[in-house]
Amino acid sequence: MTISLKDRAAIAGIGQTEYSKNSGRSELQLAAECVKAAIADAGLRPSDIDGMTTFTLDTNDEIEVARAVGIGDLSFFSRVNFGGGAAIGVMLQAAMAVATGVAKNVVVYRAFNERSGHRYSKGIAEGIVTADLIHWSWYLPFGLLTPASWVAMFTQRYMHEYGCKPSDLAQVAISTRKHAVNNPNAFFYGKELTMDDYMSSRLIADPLRLFDCCQESDGGAACVVTSVEHAKDLPHPPAVIRGVAQAAAADQENMTSFYRPSISHLPEMDLVAQQVYQMSGLGPDDVDAAIIYDAFTPIVLWQLESFGFCGRGEGKDFVKDGNLEVGGRLPCNTNGGQLSEAYIHGMNGVNEGVRLIRGKSLNQPAKNDHVLVTGGVGVPTSGMILGKL
Amino acid sequence: MSLNDKREELERKAHAYVGKDSGIEVGPDPVNEVMIRQLCEVINDQNPVYVDDAAAKANGFDGIITPPAALQMWTMPGARPPWDLTDEEKEIVGNRQSISKDVELNALFAEYGYTGVVGTDQEEEYIRPVRPGEKITAHLFIDHISEQKATALGLGYFITVRRVYKNQDGEEVATSTFRVLRYQAPAQPAAQAADAPQASAKPKRLKPPMGHDNSWWWDAVENDQFLIQSCKSCNTLRHPPRPMCGKCQSLDWEGVEASGNGTIYSYTVMHHPKFPGFDYPFVTAVIELEEGTRIVSNVVDCDPLAVHVGMPVELTIQKPDGELKLPLFRPVA
Ligand SMILES: [Zn+2]
Repeated sequence: MTISLKDRAAIAGIGQTEYSKNSGRSELQLAAECVKAAIADAGLRPSDIDGMTTFTLDTNDEIEVARAVGIGDLSFFSRVNFGGGAAIGVMLQAAMAVATGVAKNVVVYRAFNERSGHRYSKGIAEGIVTADLIHWSWYLPFGLLTPASWVAMFTQRYMHEYGCKPSDLAQVAISTRKHAVNNPNAFFYGKELTMDDYMSSRLIADPLRLFDCCQESDGGAACVVTSVEHAKDLPHPPAVIRGVAQAAAADQENMTSFYRPSISHLPEMDLVAQQVYQMSGLGPDDVDAAIIYDAFTPIVLWQLESFGFCGRGEGKDFVKDGNLEVGGRLPCNTNGGQLSEAYIHGMNGVNEGVRLIRGKSLNQPAKNDHVLVTGGVGVPTSGMILGKL
Repeated sequence: MSLNDKREELERKAHAYVGKDSGIEVGPDPVNEVMIRQLCEVINDQNPVYVDDAAAKANGFDGIITPPAALQMWTMPGARPPWDLTDEEKEIVGNRQSISKDVELNALFAEYGYTGVVGTDQEEEYIRPVRPGEKITAHLFIDHISEQKATALGLGYFITVRRVYKNQDGEEVATSTFRVLRYQAPAQPAAQAADAPQASAKPKRLKPPMGHDNSWWWDAVENDQFLIQSCKSCNTLRHPPRPMCGKCQSLDWEGVEASGNGTIYSYTVMHHPKFPGFDYPFVTAVIELEEGTRIVSNVVDCDPLAVHVGMPVELTIQKPDGELKLPLFRPVA
């Protein structure tokens, strides 16, 4: 028997800590705070939670968070691998648990001191300990050690093939920043970004400049997933999961899939898009706003192409003319995104997706029937479409 | 000998020390009131039980005791450690000092390039106060040597040394556990350059981690060979190497020599952050080899600004940090 996940589960509560450069407290405390806030927002008590899911990279064990928050017995707990690619993978886990009755109320969380603790931009050299050691041996002695440098390699090829220019990447950074300017919880609250600022920012890994790269942040974000029927009885209008999927594609490596016939698009995100559209019965024309994972500016272009908002190689044109801003074709990353709000591995984006459906974003577009939210790319990835009841 | 073989050889030799009695450390002098008083003056410890017999007795001791933190002082070698003494001097010093296996182990790690050392943590347990007149000996045990770890300082090993402190009657008075990291120091301190004049104090690149699935390839590079893994049953080439052929699931493979000719498929010029062993900016590229596989490497011997997609390049095996042999690429002349 096949169970479709369409309209089975909904996000009933969201919670987060403040986002900062130095939280001054433990990752476990950040996790406990955002989980508690999400449960309260859903109108539930900690003892109502019977499932938990997070990222493999999260250092906070489910049972530690459960004890801290006073969540009692658990019938479901799971983790999803591959960094930010897990952002919607965890939502798939929660939706499956709820749809199958394995759990009633699942809390999804991600909390870290990515800025004041271990910074990913410092490279893989510090943290490598496990089986992917051998994978990194092909990159480490050649100095290809940081997320920016891996993404730069794909970007250079994309620019070469499609004539994309630095000023096109700047469009993504600038539109996203416009949203952060109105968000007091964003790192760049009140700070606009001009083309001059962008062009004069320093090179990190050519062609990527400082403002092509996301924030490095401390903080936590969490949400509560429950059945659509249950969500109807809770205080907020539910954000119904219309379609949700995960995918890894052939010849995938962890951030370094340089060996495929083409490296200027994202086969795994193409697969996610197909599955999400098929499950939801929706298409690009039905999507009113989006939270597109934006750890780096160029990855937004490739995802716009994967989800069919434009053709292959046309992402650079789509982002012009304010298309990503409120009032544009696809208001995008209305919280300021990971580029300008905070980098919480995409979970801050899930919460913003819920706010968009509730009509409560600080940059709320008029039309909000369907919102796309995606996970990190360059790795096996994930995505979902949220809708109203 | 390949990097991997050298590493295994070091680990085999080092592990022979683990869990065994590793000798003793004996200081030149018995515990005495003069050294206690001098120590207390230096560290400004005014507790009278260390210097005043009456005060010590009033506090329930049999007389003056030593500050617990002085423990190591009683077994430290003199200003000239035993391994610096000539044979003639050793005759004079006699049995007052002994060499522990700890020293041998340190020399072993240094021989394999792990010259850096940093203490990471220490625990001490005091069983009872030590009193003047006692002769303290530390009995050493190398409790543990970790696997090779990639640390912020470089590749290295954590070594845990336990010392059991006993008096002249064999009575245990304290124990300590001391952990150090021995690492491949990226740069040699200038002070050591005096008797080993090394032209380059250049920091080293991180070495590729080695295992079953990749060490054969790096061993070949050490021998100036540039190989591509080839399936023996369907002849499909693959890089990076993997244990099984994704096309036909065969486990039989061989390394075939590649021409070293290729073109730049994509590249990035690295500016920030800066890692040891690299001169910034430098070029890292995906090279498409004429055999059809791709490889990540550096493009050298040219201006980074001259590099472009489609540029023809050729192999040059070099030691960019003076130590690690790497297959690099340069523009075809
Ligand atoms: Zn084969």
